[in-house]
Amino acid sequence: MGRAAKIARRTFLVGAVAIAGGVAFGTYLVKRRPDNPLKDGLAEGEATFNPWVKIDAKGITLVAPHADKGQGIASLQAALIAEELDVEPGQYTITFGPPSAAYWNTALAADGIPFRPSDTGLVAEGARSAASALFKVLGLQITGGSSAAPDSYEKLRMAGAVARETLKRAAAKQTGVPVERLRTEKGAVITPDGKSIAYTELARAAAQIEPVTDVVLRPPGQWRHIGKPMQRADIVAKSTGTMAYGIDVKLPGMVYAAVRTNPRLGGKLVSHDAAPAQGMRGVQKIVAVTGGVAVIADNTWRAIRAVEAIKCTWGPAPYPAEQADHWRAIEASFTDARRDQTWHDTGKVEDTLNAGGVVSAEYRSPYVAHQPLEPLNATVRVTAEKVEVWTGHQIPRIAQQIVARITGHKPEQVILTNQFIGGSFGHRLEFEWLKQAAEIANQVRGTPVKLTFSREEDFAHDFPRAPAIGRARGRVAQGRIEAIDLQIASPSVTASQMGRAGLPSGGPDPQIAAGAWTTPYALPHFRLRAYKVPELAPVSSWRSVGAAAGGFILESFVDELIYAAGADPLAERIRLTSDPVARKVLEAVGEMSGWTGPRVEGRGRGVAFVESFGVPVAEVVEVSSSPKGIKIEKVWIACEVGRVLDPVNFENLVQGGVVFGLGHAMNCAITFADGKAEQTNFDAHEGMRLNQCPQIFVKGLENGRKVRGIGEPPVPPTAPALANAIFAATGKRLRELPFHKAVKFV
Amino acid sequence: MKITVNDKAHDLDVEPDMPLLWALRDVIGLPGTKYGCGAAQCGACTVLVDGVAVRSCQTAVGDVTGPVTTIEGLGTPGKPHPVQAAWIEMQVAQCGYCQSGQIMQAASFLAQTKDITDKDIDDAMAGNLCRCGTYPRIREAVKLAARKMAEGK
Repeated sequence: MGRAAKIARRTFLVGAVAIAGGVAFGTYLVKRRPDNPLKDGLAEGEATFNPWVKIDAKGITLVAPHADKGQGIASLQAALIAEELDVEPGQYTITFGPPSAAYWNTALAADGIPFRPSDTGLVAEGARSAASALFKVLGLQITGGSSAAPDSYEKLRMAGAVARETLKRAAAKQTGVPVERLRTEKGAVITPDGKSIAYTELARAAAQIEPVTDVVLRPPGQWRHIGKPMQRADIVAKSTGTMAYGIDVKLPGMVYAAVRTNPRLGGKLVSHDAAPAQGMRGVQKIVAVTGGVAVIADNTWRAIRAVEAIKCTWGPAPYPAEQADHWRAIEASFTDARRDQTWHDTGKVEDTLNAGGVVSAEYRSPYVAHQPLEPLNATVRVTAEKVEVWTGHQIPRIAQQIVARITGHKPEQVILTNQFIGGSFGHRLEFEWLKQAAEIANQVRGTPVKLTFSREEDFAHDFPRAPAIGRARGRVAQGRIEAIDLQIASPSVTASQMGRAGLPSGGPDPQIAAGAWTTPYALPHFRLRAYKVPELAPVSSWRSVGAAAGGFILESFVDELIYAAGADPLAERIRLTSDPVARKVLEAVGEMSGWTGPRVEGRGRGVAFVESFGVPVAEVVEVSSSPKGIKIEKVWIACEVGRVLDPVNFENLVQGGVVFGLGHAMNCAITFADGKAEQTNFDAHEGMRLNQCPQIFVKGLENGRKVRGIGEPPVPPTAPALANAIFAATGKRLRELPFHKAVKFV
Repeated sequence: MKITVNDKAHDLDVEPDMPLLWALRDVIGLPGTKYGCGAAQCGACTVLVDGVAVRSCQTAVGDVTGPVTTIEGLGTPGKPHPVQAAWIEMQVAQCGYCQSGQIMQAASFLAQTKDITDKDIDDAMAGNLCRCGTYPRIREAVKLAARKMAEGK
């Protein structure tokens, strides 16, 4: 291809990209748009219309850049493109694509600002715009914060529409038929006389023409797939053992590695004796990694067995060695000096409480581990020219930078091929395993190395959910809640995590009291103060992040006040909710559960209502109590997401969120002793098992103005709804997670 | 060491105490069986030995005398076993990492138990952990698979 054509194509690509984003998202403060990464290595006859669509004579490739940890987002992203592109499942392949600034997350930043999503005032919108601009400048490709669906919803349909209209233009040029008389169907342009020209045949011509700039998205009534039950693209592979995860990567000449690093997180390796491992079968090399030691062997089991045989002397933890001292540090942080933010201060809280009759309570939410079922793993090959990485990661461009620093390459020399992930819950936002894999592979350059964590190593190095304490005072009058004065203290997950990623963070951390400051309740007298505890153990985002603790604390206390007032737990919450969209969620869960109808003898019901990630969620939990213990019988849950994009996957994810939230509320905590996590496997951090799983009834509401993600929002109301149900059944208030410390579960 | 996996005979040069799991994954090259906990806590490594579900992370390869069936040998994408077909139809999987083990456990359970009850399902499947929380769909898929098997599909 001549130089002129190359320049024209480059212009075309950038132009098309500009359309894909510009129409959908309006004007941004930062105008420059990242280049389309698909143009690199584009062969003769291939066309890429924007960073999400690539077509050549052989086939159609749709790029789904968000990491798929099990939420089905690869499939959904492809469906959004395909809806407008008019291609059917089976006609395209889906790839994660290369890490690229073009895939910056347009939705997450907007939720990282301290304004409720329903606040559309000038200040809130301005802050959203500025935050988004920062993400764009950073080229922050990130999957997290339940933002993948909102990020993709318009952008990817637009990407499909741009490609479709450009292909039609190419067909018009080729056939002489006016573009208005052409239509598209099943991966082809159809002429008025019924002749079908496959997109793959048009790719070459389409690459040479100016992009179509005026595309209009189809109204929902014309959708073929979105909003209807879809079959996930990964479901057959995941039901037949043929899905390849990162842990399944196998390359010619690959060796297998296992690590042991100081279980006192961030502590040093003082000394070690590798002799017991040296003669073991299959052991090839023993190498140092930061804070520990690694064994390279000829299979995973031999590597793990050998590394466990090494005698290590570990240095002290850079945080309090005993759990009790972690709690003491949090207790000591309710001071003016540690106040991070006053999120609410409406009415006259002090005056109202001084009138007497104050109800007060204290709540605790512990460290909790992520522990998805696929242990952390990465495969890395380092050569002088490049570093190849195969791993599942939620922030792949930061991962590239971190690997590049270790191996001495430039970030663009790090070729990261993202992998399907066997669960994350926030675990794959971290970097430790990847750093270790890079350190090991850098010591055996040229040889691909697969590092696999043992479950024990994974538990020992799981940066957990931040612990929190909530102190609440309140007053009721005339059968209503009158005042709440709430204080929440926690280490800052944002500071801890952003520090490790090398990303900027500053100012108040919205996660410390998330789930509480985001409440849709309009209380007459309400003060909410958040306190930042100096960092203890490193902490990380855990499915729903701060809202898990904040929601538990506020919704448990609201329930206590409602009982003190003699009011109905659901009716009083509805009365307090001024936002009509949020109120409908509570009303829906009331209808679903038959709240006002007859109750089953011997059972108790609790309700909780938490808004997180812009999604108000109401849950009713029903438990039975017997001498054998508490059994969770039924759960009803209503969520407001703007639009349900796939009802089957939606139901699955919501039910999963309920199971995840209830399971951890029942029996999971990480506690530190001698600086180490005491829990080393699932026997001590179990979560829910199938025999404990209640019936779960799900409803998605579509009254909101924006499409929202559903990965995290079902989690925060689970713990308080369960605590409130146990109170209704037994009269016992549970104020500390996990609840198995106080009650037995059947 | 001689072992038959999915109707294919293998002669492995490995330690007899190597867990069957790692012989399958790293030596024979069948990665559909998953490593989750290494301690019989999660069931992700479940395979059939002589048609009965066992945790391959706790089964030394030297102790295996009967034929082994892994998820790859149960059925294929083109010709799924009724349990796999039910899993596909119910769209059980989220991350999917536990599902090989869930399916093998269910296949063993349904081969041995007719006219299953909810209690039977709870008892049979309680040892298989799903961190994503797909239990409601697993229950429905087990029932659907039982119907499929009864109808001989």
